[in-house]
Amino acid sequence: MRNVKSFVADNIVTLIFLTITIIAIPFSGLSGSYIISNLIDRFARSSFLVFALILPIMAGMGINFAMVLGATAGQIGLIFAVDHNIMGTEGLILATLVGIPLSVGLGWFSGQVLNRARGREMVTGFILGYFMDGIYQFFGLYIMGWLIPIRTAQVMQIDGGGVRNTLALESVRGGLDKIVSLKVGPFSIPVVTFAVIAVLCLFIIWFRRTKLGQDMRAIGQEQGISHAAGINVDRTRILAIVISTVLACIGQIIYLQNLGNMFTYTSQRQAGYYAAAAILVGGATVSKASIKNVFIGVFLVHALYITTPLAGKALFKSAMVGQYMSDFINYGIIASALVLHAWKNKRAADLARAGLRMSAEAQAAAGGVA
Amino acid sequence: MSSIKTFIADFGWPRIIIALFLLSLFVAAPIVGVDLGASIGDVLNRFGQNAIMVLALVPMVQSGCGLNFGLPIGILAGLLGSTITMQLGLTGLTGLLVAILITIVFGVIFGYLYGKLLNNVKGEEMTIAMYVGFSAVMLFSILWLVLPFNKADLVMGYAGEGLRRSIALEDYWGKLLNNFGQFSIGGTPIPTGLLLFVGLCVFFVYVFMRTRTGTAMTAVGSNPDFARASGVSVERMRTVSTVVSTVLGGIGILAYQQSFGWVQVYDAPLFMAFPAVSALLIGGASVTKASMVNVVLGTFLFQGILTMTPSVINNVLKNELSEVIRIIVTNGMIIYALTRKTKVAK
Repeated sequence: MRNVKSFVADNIVTLIFLTITIIAIPFSGLSGSYIISNLIDRFARSSFLVFALILPIMAGMGINFAMVLGATAGQIGLIFAVDHNIMGTEGLILATLVGIPLSVGLGWFSGQVLNRARGREMVTGFILGYFMDGIYQFFGLYIMGWLIPIRTAQVMQIDGGGVRNTLALESVRGGLDKIVSLKVGPFSIPVVTFAVIAVLCLFIIWFRRTKLGQDMRAIGQEQGISHAAGINVDRTRILAIVISTVLACIGQIIYLQNLGNMFTYTSQRQAGYYAAAAILVGGATVSKASIKNVFIGVFLVHALYITTPLAGKALFKSAMVGQYMSDFINYGIIASALVLHAWKNKRAADLARAGLRMSAEAQAAAGGVA
Repeated sequence: MSSIKTFIADFGWPRIIIALFLLSLFVAAPIVGVDLGASIGDVLNRFGQNAIMVLALVPMVQSGCGLNFGLPIGILAGLLGSTITMQLGLTGLTGLLVAILITIVFGVIFGYLYGKLLNNVKGEEMTIAMYVGFSAVMLFSILWLVLPFNKADLVMGYAGEGLRRSIALEDYWGKLLNNFGQFSIGGTPIPTGLLLFVGLCVFFVYVFMRTRTGTAMTAVGSNPDFARASGVSVERMRTVSTVVSTVLGGIGILAYQQSFGWVQVYDAPLFMAFPAVSALLIGGASVTKASMVNVVLGTFLFQGILTMTPSVINNVLKNELSEVIRIIVTNGMIIYALTRKTKVAK
């Protein structure tokens, strides 16, 4: 009984949203095979992005909302690939080669910023993402087409200034998914994409055991003691953010090659909202996250995305309700997960304090020195 | 020399750059052919539109809850106030007063619940406030569709249900405050009523922060342990500050609407906290300290840049650059404040 209770308490966020999904499925009127094939597709598309959040959580920096900087770098890479008309897999490789150095730089920058905002990394990272939107728009609309020439007409704005708001990625679409695509019954499985995700999982498992990985976990527990133990806390935190940003860059490229088009100036923001919701609904907290959380989270969050708008539409007989419903669910997941986690922490702290007080009182009653 | 250095350090480079930038815009305006008188009128009007929402942030900063990124919750109370009053068909001054009354009622309820929530998540208030605000706006987007509003000029024409995205205030109390005692000096229209209303609210908060409750609130923000030891309930003060902040946010949006002429529902309030927060910070506030001077100065500087940049830059370059500048200034200022070592101990 006690086990059941603590299981529920530990997985409350996941369980709440699992319940919502299960309720929403019949109302949505979708068939099981439709949902499953959609889930496979979306899992391949977007789980890489969510993995980008694990390391900063390990290092005690909470959810790295500044991962959108990495996603932005990935998008810049894709713009170059499309503009230079390099197709398919090679285009993606070029995009990655352009994106990685950029994301290392941006990651280093956001690591520096977050180190100055200790204790409020999450909100700072969030605003940093918006700040970057401004810089990115400046780059895309003014630097591109002026200092950096645009070669392809489809990339340029119709009036000739900068990169278009919606960019068709037909030339690199499926550059990863379609290398080897396996047909299993009604479902098609992008083998190479899954292989890349598997390699990433192995990398994270391996990384946790390295010296650097151990250091990150140590500073995630207690910065002061880690510092005393000779760990360079600032540098380790920056590295966690740099790796996270680079992963977000690659993740965004994988995501967009599957979708096949990109909203040049807003797609990166979606990546940040979505990844945070996924890892939290998967049972991660702002201080603890594992590969398991990512897997559960990606499946669950997509099941929610697929079913709830349709369920909302059917229940209220209004398409607009469905649309707002999915936004509400997306923000609601993050809000409720953060609240429940903070509330649990507070309760634990209160209990510990009460325990301390009780033992002190017991000592005093026994005639000891309080 | 050293006093100049300490002044710059206290005031902060970003603020000096922004003030100089605004000054240069004012100087450049007549040169590139922008009507300076009308521009100043615009700045004053937008100052009045936004100042109360900036003011709404002060109590929570003072009580240690940080920057109220959950301001949309107050704005939702204000939206309920104006839409319900319009549904009742009340117009003119009566309409505005009833709208304020309804806003206060909902503001107190929402603020109380929101304050209770924030008390349980100490240390993570800002991130959580932001997401709670986002969620609330989306939840209300659903409510705007399903609540039983049915007045013809409020609801969407073809379906007869669900509020319109923008509802005209013209026949209700649009520009009521703006037009009250409005006069012009050399082509600059002065929205007297609006400025008086803002002044009244600023005065109210100024006095409130100096009452027993207000002082206790500041004490809770500066040193919670000391405040508790002096017999002040930390939780209660934080809740009170959140209630005041939420109510003011609602009144702030009412002032905004009457000047703007439209009530905007659905996702319009989603990002309204950010410009308000940025304005307060530009005015010299930190995450833990804010004053009336910060509110007035900050709103003026921020709205000044927002108004002047497009009109000046439009005449010289392309239009969207001012949008880019807006994004960079708004968010750059918030990052600056969040990363600055605050002098007050936490």
